[in-house]
Amino acid sequence: MSEQLLQYLLSGLSTGAIYSLIGIGFAIIYNSTGIINFAQGEFFMLGGMSTYYFLSVAHLPLPVAMLLAVLLTTAVGVLFERLAIRPLRNASPLILVIITIGGSILIRGIAMLIWGKDTHSIPMFTGNEPLTIGGATILPQHLWIFGITLLIIIINRFYFYNTVSGKAMRACSHNRRAASLVGIDVKRMVLFAFAISSAMGSVAGIISAPLTMTSYDVGIMLGLKGFCAAIIGGMSSGIATVFGGLLLGVLEAFGAGLISSGYKDAIAFIILLLILFIRPQGLFKKAETERV
Amino acid sequence: MLKIKNINTYYGQVHALKNVSLHVNAGEIVSLIGANGAGKTTILNSLSAVTPPRDGEVIFEGTSISNLSTDRIVEMGISQVPEGRQVFKDFSVEDNLELGAYLRFRGREGRAAIKSDIEDMFALFPQLSSRRKQMAGTLSGGEQQMLAIGRALMAKPKLLLLDEPSMGLAPLVVQEIFRVITALRAERGTSVLLVEQNAKAALKIADRGYVLETGKVILEENASDLLENKEVQRAYLGREKKEIWER
Repeated sequence: MSEQLLQYLLSGLSTGAIYSLIGIGFAIIYNSTGIINFAQGEFFMLGGMSTYYFLSVAHLPLPVAMLLAVLLTTAVGVLFERLAIRPLRNASPLILVIITIGGSILIRGIAMLIWGKDTHSIPMFTGNEPLTIGGATILPQHLWIFGITLLIIIINRFYFYNTVSGKAMRACSHNRRAASLVGIDVKRMVLFAFAISSAMGSVAGIISAPLTMTSYDVGIMLGLKGFCAAIIGGMSSGIATVFGGLLLGVLEAFGAGLISSGYKDAIAFIILLLILFIRPQGLFKKAETERV
Repeated sequence: MLKIKNINTYYGQVHALKNVSLHVNAGEIVSLIGANGAGKTTILNSLSAVTPPRDGEVIFEGTSISNLSTDRIVEMGISQVPEGRQVFKDFSVEDNLELGAYLRFRGREGRAAIKSDIEDMFALFPQLSSRRKQMAGTLSGGEQQMLAIGRALMAKPKLLLLDEPSMGLAPLVVQEIFRVITALRAERGTSVLLVEQNAKAALKIADRGYVLETGKVILEENASDLLENKEVQRAYLGREKKEIWER
């Protein structure tokens, strides 16, 4: 039984890591613009689908395909900000949020036209020989997920706390007017936020595609799960959202394993609703001070 | 150095500045005085393009800056110390100063020069130097004001816009801050446009002053003349009408 629980825990943590990456993407954009970008899940989808395309259709080696996929998704994110968000900078957040929903439908539609409705998979990064840890088995791909997520979180942290441009981005989210009065170009920072968020979303899509498969519509559910992680984390772009994602992933895995796998998605949304009702500021109140 | 010609600024339907014109010469300290809601802060925010004027012209060192965005105006050499300090509360004192030099980092200026300027700020405000790693939000009001001024100076402005630096501060701290403003002009030749409720203190350090009423400039004179002006004394320097009459 305990081996079973360990198994749930490990697979929950790996799904949770993916949720964290998407959640941080939500938080970075929210903190720099005040809007929830519901196209965030599409960046996840684009990462997986375009890797599949570069790999299987264009026959490029995996690392090159992954790199191109990240670049392509980042370009889409930047274009999205330029074409859909920037022209409407004085619109109310609600209008912008609805625009992001429209944008996500558009991106999904284009992806369907180009790549079709089939589900695709990409190969594991390094073999598919399972490893045994304390009675539980995991795949090397899980280790890739943990490692890459950790790396991204560290880079993220370094960028926001140790570089001038990262600090300027945080300054914008804390006090936009004061930031512009020291000469920070707030619009440019918003563009950066979209670039970083879309790149992170695509990486999440790429590293999880070998395990969960990918298709044009995977972004909807994963986007909502990432949003849920960000809400648990109080829209922090730091460690609180990472915990939010991991917690969500683990609860889902235990719920699916111990109750019924049919409830897997329901669990996420029950948590989302509970948090919004009871602790809309996020589960970890201190998260307030590290918003980016 | 700075010339404002007939600007009109609106907040939605509210006409906040009505054909305001004023100028600041190089190396001058100019005070704007007036009651609450007279438009003093709006003038500074119009200059910094926080609330851009709808028409009129702003000329800085011979170039029109009317259509520039806030960050470009800072780049031109006009830094504002906003009302209520607006320091980055969750950032350390050092980080606040560093962000003040954001444009210099972007301009590829060496880290060493910026670091040494940060030290200069600590020399200018010794009180801050023992708190360099402390979060700005935990500083006292006076220290936050010093930090806000230091942050603005890190951009090496030619013209400093100061909005109510004395607000809510103890008299001794106010004295200290006004001393620094005069020292800045003497040492660096920084021109200053100063908005103050504390009209007396402001006029004492200023060369010239403008009096604002309901969005209009109603008086422009040398600061010493304004201090002597009976109407100004009655309205802004807290002297009773009776007292003035009896003299």
